[in-house]
Amino acid sequence: MRSVVLTKGVPDFSDGAVSFNEEGHLERGKTPTVMNPNDAFALEAALQTRVRHGGHVSGMSMGPPGYSAVLEEAMEAVYTDDSYLLSDRELAASDTWATAITLSAGIETYQEEIGDVDLLFAGFKTADGETGQTGPQTAWALDWPIVTHVIALDIDPDERLLRAKRLVEGDVDEIETVEAPLPCMVVTDPEFEPTYRKASHRLTHKRLREETQNRAAAHDRHLTTWDHEDLNLDPDYIGLDGSPTIVSSVDPIPKAPSEREATMVDPSDSEEMNEILGEFKPYAAATNGADGPNAAEGGD
Amino acid sequence: MTETNETDREHYEAVVVGCGPGGAAAASRLADHGIETLVLERGMDAGSKNVSGGLIYAEESAPYTIDDLFDGFREEASERPVTDYYIHNVAGNKVKSYDLTDLHEDDTDWCDAVLRRPMDSWLAERVHEKTSETGGGVLTNVRVNGLLRERGRITGVTCDELDPIEAEIIIAADGVNSELAREAGLMDWEDPNEWFQGVKAVVEMEPNVIDDRFDIDEDEGVAHLFSGDLFEDVRGGGFLYTNEESLSIGTVFHLDSLVEEQAEPHELLDALLTHPLLARWLGDEYDEREYSAKLVPDSKKVAHREPYQDRLVLVGDAAGQMQAQGPIIKGMNHAVTAGALAADAFAVTRGNADPAAAGRRYTQMLEDSGTMDKLRPRRYDLARTVGERDRVTDAVERVLDSRVGSLAIGNPIADRVLQRAYNSPFLVSMLPDTRTGYVTLPSIIGEEHGRTLHWESSVEPPSLDERIGDLTYDTDVGNPHIEVRDASFEASGAAVYACPVSAEDFGGGCYRSEEVKRNGTAETVVSLDTQPCVECGTCAVVADTEWEHPRGGKGVEFREG
Ligand SMILES: Cc1cc2nc3c(=O)[nH]c(=O)nc-3n(C[C@H](O)[C@H](O)[C@H](O)COP(=O)(O)OP(=O)(O)OC[C@H]3O[C@@H](n4cnc5c(N)ncnc54)[C@H](O)[C@@H]3O)c2cc1C
Ligand code: SF4
Repeated sequence: MRSVVLTKGVPDFSDGAVSFNEEGHLERGKTPTVMNPNDAFALEAALQTRVRHGGHVSGMSMGPPGYSAVLEEAMEAVYTDDSYLLSDRELAASDTWATAITLSAGIETYQEEIGDVDLLFAGFKTADGETGQTGPQTAWALDWPIVTHVIALDIDPDERLLRAKRLVEGDVDEIETVEAPLPCMVVTDPEFEPTYRKASHRLTHKRLREETQNRAAAHDRHLTTWDHEDLNLDPDYIGLDGSPTIVSSVDPIPKAPSEREATMVDPSDSEEMNEILGEFKPYAAATNGADGPNAAEGGD
Repeated sequence: MTETNETDREHYEAVVVGCGPGGAAAASRLADHGIETLVLERGMDAGSKNVSGGLIYAEESAPYTIDDLFDGFREEASERPVTDYYIHNVAGNKVKSYDLTDLHEDDTDWCDAVLRRPMDSWLAERVHEKTSETGGGVLTNVRVNGLLRERGRITGVTCDELDPIEAEIIIAADGVNSELAREAGLMDWEDPNEWFQGVKAVVEMEPNVIDDRFDIDEDEGVAHLFSGDLFEDVRGGGFLYTNEESLSIGTVFHLDSLVEEQAEPHELLDALLTHPLLARWLGDEYDEREYSAKLVPDSKKVAHREPYQDRLVLVGDAAGQMQAQGPIIKGMNHAVTAGALAADAFAVTRGNADPAAAGRRYTQMLEDSGTMDKLRPRRYDLARTVGERDRVTDAVERVLDSRVGSLAIGNPIADRVLQRAYNSPFLVSMLPDTRTGYVTLPSIIGEEHGRTLHWESSVEPPSLDERIGDLTYDTDVGNPHIEVRDASFEASGAAVYACPVSAEDFGGGCYRSEEVKRNGTAETVVSLDTQPCVECGTCAVVADTEWEHPRGGKGVEFREG
């Protein structure tokens, strides 16, 4: 079983880390980059597959050279074997479309140079873009099936089949069980929880953790960087030039009104108190009833 | 979803439940024999659930000692060696001390103080390395919750966290309150008379301060034992052992005596901590790192003579193999011996069609090595059956209580004889479990021979509330591991006193008693909140409860032990 997990860096939106300028725009340079929080679930799914079925897991990311830190984080957290960074000036300012084209080229290059991929994992939405489009577009570009909102996953390596439970959100949340042939792309839901109910799986998990400690410390030795030439991509179809999306304007979210009216009442002033209680009366009627003062003494 | 439709069960040649000294020894020996061994430990780390005094002995006569099995144990996993050993007989402010080094050194190759968290986690790492080589390993955070049976026969274990696992041999090294021994019907948790309760404080102290105050070198250590009237009439005693950079100070009492006297364990510990005798060692700054407690079985009464059933064998506390040799407590060393013997027994009977072959061989090995006779001396059983002990005790007690008796004990010849008697392994192992040995005799010795201590203690031990507050818990919210079956005070009220983290008039503990009015009559009932529970096992015996350990990784986490 060979899996690739897509992960990316996002600004660290946590309190204290994130920095905005006076107009309320994010200051990228001053805000540290961390792994996209939703990718953690994709990584856990890849690890679960690796633990249960063995094989190889690679981390892949598209972004500036600094994103190697995110790939290193992935190695430490879920013991990926190696990392691939698709990084090139030409790739800057890609929208989801151009990103998907680049990522699919990354996978194709990976398949040519490293080996055939059975499973491609991605997280649900990124914390900065929130589009949720990159995954499906990548699968489309690869011409692979895609299963989204996955909360539990089971692979049948002999039948080359994947069985997944997906959370279908609607008026009522439903859980749907689907099957798909491999290779397949899997987008995990934040509700995804890995389960390890076999002792052998837990022992493998423990062994992987031990083996990874040294590997992650020398992450650079396990990192391969590919530029647009390595990926065989025409600069006209990637980066800003290859991005059909035009962001026409960004509207700040209006702040909630903060004006409220308050009246101070002196509780010893019975006249004022009566007046206030009178105003409450219409609301009180609804709750006055069964919960009267004697209700608690019911019982046996 | 995955595993439910997989029909084939996981199988290991050997499953060891618990990674204390017994489990570690068993697993290590199994791996030596090339046996595929899986060790399951409920703590988030080995040792995080364990408490001992504790002095680990390497007996000259034992077939296995811990350093036989684990190279570097003394250098890397233990604290100070015990180079001096004393017992103090206390009567009020009068104390008479005897040097017990002879008793301590009898059959002793070496003896070190240990703290269980660092010791057990060190052992578990070695065990994991060894067992990984034969296809197994150590898993923490896994609680075994029962025995897997097929057609009535034990074939494996079931767990909270894992699917059932089959094995050729299941070594239950799951300690005191072994759920597996109980389920197999080999041990029960009924009679308080069969148990001790140990309570302990680990007290911070700089290494050079320890050297100074105890007048020892950095590679030396001391053991002090305490008995007499400082614990009122509760039968038991206290101990103080020196670690590298802390002291272990605790008490061990007969559980039935605690119940009878309605004593509060933490108050008894405080009586020791604040006794003037300890003042010169503790100084003015008392900094308690950890408060802990655990039951201790009394092997004289409960060590199972045939600790096996089908493929299940019990080792260590799970089999009641905890020897109270007078004031000396030997549990860890016997757990090590038994674990290693159980592993050897399986190795030599491997492939035998009879599932109980290993258990039978192990039982034989416990006998042949003399281990069983140390744990459960036949002469003790004999004396007990003819009731001779009671008569002797009665007589002695009556004489001692009289003025004549006290005078007799008080003469200078008696002083020498007494010191010699205390140092006799035979006599102390026969000491009856009555007030005589624990209270009367030591108090008289203290009174008649003791010198009076004129200094005062300024030690202020933390309150129960503070002690609980300092412990680390990962509470399994909404899933209490103990439930009270009968909440009447008659059935479960003893727990309000005997639980080491509960006390009468203390609302923040596990057990509380409260008065409820029902149909016009007032009744006292007991209620339980398991959040502050230190999993000592006391209420499994003294109250009417449905008692289990928490799920893997949940509950209290000891850092010292
Ligand atoms: C206060 C006190 C002082 C003592 N002093 C001494 C002393 O000075 N010298 C001495 O030799 N002995 C002493 N003892 C006794 C000694 O601690 C025990 O005899 C010894 O620890 C027994 O070892 P064991 O391996 O059988 O069990 P334990 O050390 O109790 O180990 C049992 C292990 O099994 C695990 N476990 C339990 N249930 C499960 C389950 N269902 N699933 C998975 N894992 C499980 C536990 O977490 C634990 O790690 C003292 C005890 C106390 C309480
Ligand atoms: S509740 Fe029971 S097991 Fe827990 S600390 Fe109290 S007596 Fe011990």
